[in-house]
Amino acid sequence: MRRLPANLLIGAVLVALVVGFAALSLVWTPHPEGVLNIRGKFAPPSGIYWLGTDQLGRDLVTQLMAGARNSMTVALIAVMLGGSIGTFLGLLASAIGGWIEDLVMRIADISFAFPTLLFAIMLAAVLGPSLQNAVLAIAFINIPVFARVSRAAANQIWTREYVFAARAAGMGRFAISRDHILPNIAAPVIVQATIEFAVAILAEAALSYLGLGAQPPASSWGRMLSEAQTLMYLAPQLALWPGLCIVVAVLGFGLLGDGLRDVTDPRLARQR
Amino acid sequence: MGYFLLRRTLGFVLTLLTVSVVVFAVMNILPGDPALTILGLDASEEALAALRDQLGLNQPLVSRYFSWVWNALQGDFGRSHSFRVPVAELISERIPMTLSLAVAGMVMTLLVALPAGILAASQHRKPADWGVMLLSQLGIAVPAFWLSILLVIVFAVQLRWLPPGHFPGWSDPVAAIRALILPTVALGLVQSSVLARVTRSSALEVMRLDFVRTARASGLSRRRVLWRHVLPNALVPIVTIVGMQFAALVTGTIVIENVFSLPGLGRLIFQSISNRDLPTVQALVMLFAAIVVTANFIVDLLYVLIDPRLKSRA
Repeated sequence: MRRLPANLLIGAVLVALVVGFAALSLVWTPHPEGVLNIRGKFAPPSGIYWLGTDQLGRDLVTQLMAGARNSMTVALIAVMLGGSIGTFLGLLASAIGGWIEDLVMRIADISFAFPTLLFAIMLAAVLGPSLQNAVLAIAFINIPVFARVSRAAANQIWTREYVFAARAAGMGRFAISRDHILPNIAAPVIVQATIEFAVAILAEAALSYLGLGAQPPASSWGRMLSEAQTLMYLAPQLALWPGLCIVVAVLGFGLLGDGLRDVTDPRLARQR
Repeated sequence: MGYFLLRRTLGFVLTLLTVSVVVFAVMNILPGDPALTILGLDASEEALAALRDQLGLNQPLVSRYFSWVWNALQGDFGRSHSFRVPVAELISERIPMTLSLAVAGMVMTLLVALPAGILAASQHRKPADWGVMLLSQLGIAVPAFWLSILLVIVFAVQLRWLPPGHFPGWSDPVAAIRALILPTVALGLVQSSVLARVTRSSALEVMRLDFVRTARASGLSRRRVLWRHVLPNALVPIVTIVGMQFAALVTGTIVIENVFSLPGLGRLIFQSISNRDLPTVQALVMLFAAIVVTANFIVDLLYVLIDPRLKSRA
């Protein structure tokens, strides 16, 4: 058996760590979530509070775990939503071709003019800032990404002989897309989804930091950082942990995505 | 060349128009009464009616769109409710801040990334290469706003070498540059990491080609081959990325200006959101999107200058 690439292994370990951290928060946290203890504010790390407490005496580890859960949920929903719509559009464009394909791809080109932040700003200005609107903005930005990846991959599969055979046997374009194209483009789509997961985590953190994402009292790494920023003269240590969590999560999914790509597309791996 | 220019320019104008339709549609079709959003729930019916009239909300959507575009083309972006001045005035006051930050970020990106990428490529699979790859992988994963906070804690709060934020204006150039150092580093790190990786892989690609071997075999030094033959040929993917990076740096200033309280467009956009100043938000979002589209357009044109072979394929 071939040796697995290092980025895949390191990425998988980091992802398992973050996902495990988030999943654990569903059943157990060191302290109950959202419990204030004003007298115990800014407590140093101890046996009771492993990383200490914040300005309201909340346990930092508990908040970080809730933040991991929030981050994973947002990324999962946004990438699933944007990924499935985008993949559907890419498959559609590839199956029909002609002006529909041109139209879908032109729209995809144009939506690249809107970075996630800009789109989230528009939604927040009109609908008000909320986690839901942040998810929508991140999902929306994922649509053209997946449309491109799936169309490019699907166009290759459409030239395969088994697809010709299916067409000759009288199968319709949509049935072929579902039964033959989709399973065969799964690899690049999953690789993209893993990478977009990292991008989504970063986007959620940035939006929550700016006040366009998770609203109080929900825990989010980005929001913890914006609160920590106001306290950096008093308690600079509060700014350390949420940022480290973001880096571990983003690095993990990024490396895992790269590693999966190397494994599923060995031609690329050799060029590196 | 003429045909190519015409085609690309037409595409550029068409994209800008479509982007303006999207911005206008999102800001005006989504549920919610702009007058109510601006004045708040306790506004009187007369005030709401007057504001709707002033904003032209009583006119049909399509004619409102056309008058928005028409006025914008003449430099009139409407009036800001919260600042009570024309939006164009707000923009022209703040755009130098945003552009100087973006340009500083770009300069830093080029100064760090090109040498790092070339170094990594020339030391392929040696410690220097691994070091560049490791640092750039980390650099991509570090959020700019977290890096900003860390930089402020270390260099402003603890060491007191640099100011923690705010911009004193260019009347005192030394103070202005000192105020820009931390924001520039925070803004440029991610893009430097991306560009270093692209430079490395693009240079590696070229180094495998025959003419490089020929150049080496004919006695040219490693260094000369690298800078005279490899780098120019590796430029096409680098220029694409640099163009997109400039766009990313400009939108990145939105975050950085808010972290460091710098008086630019990015800070203005957030002030406008919290003041519920929709005309200003609409103008600024359009402006940022237009900068992204324009950067991509310029990249398209630069391509042909760098690699005339692409012209026939374009």
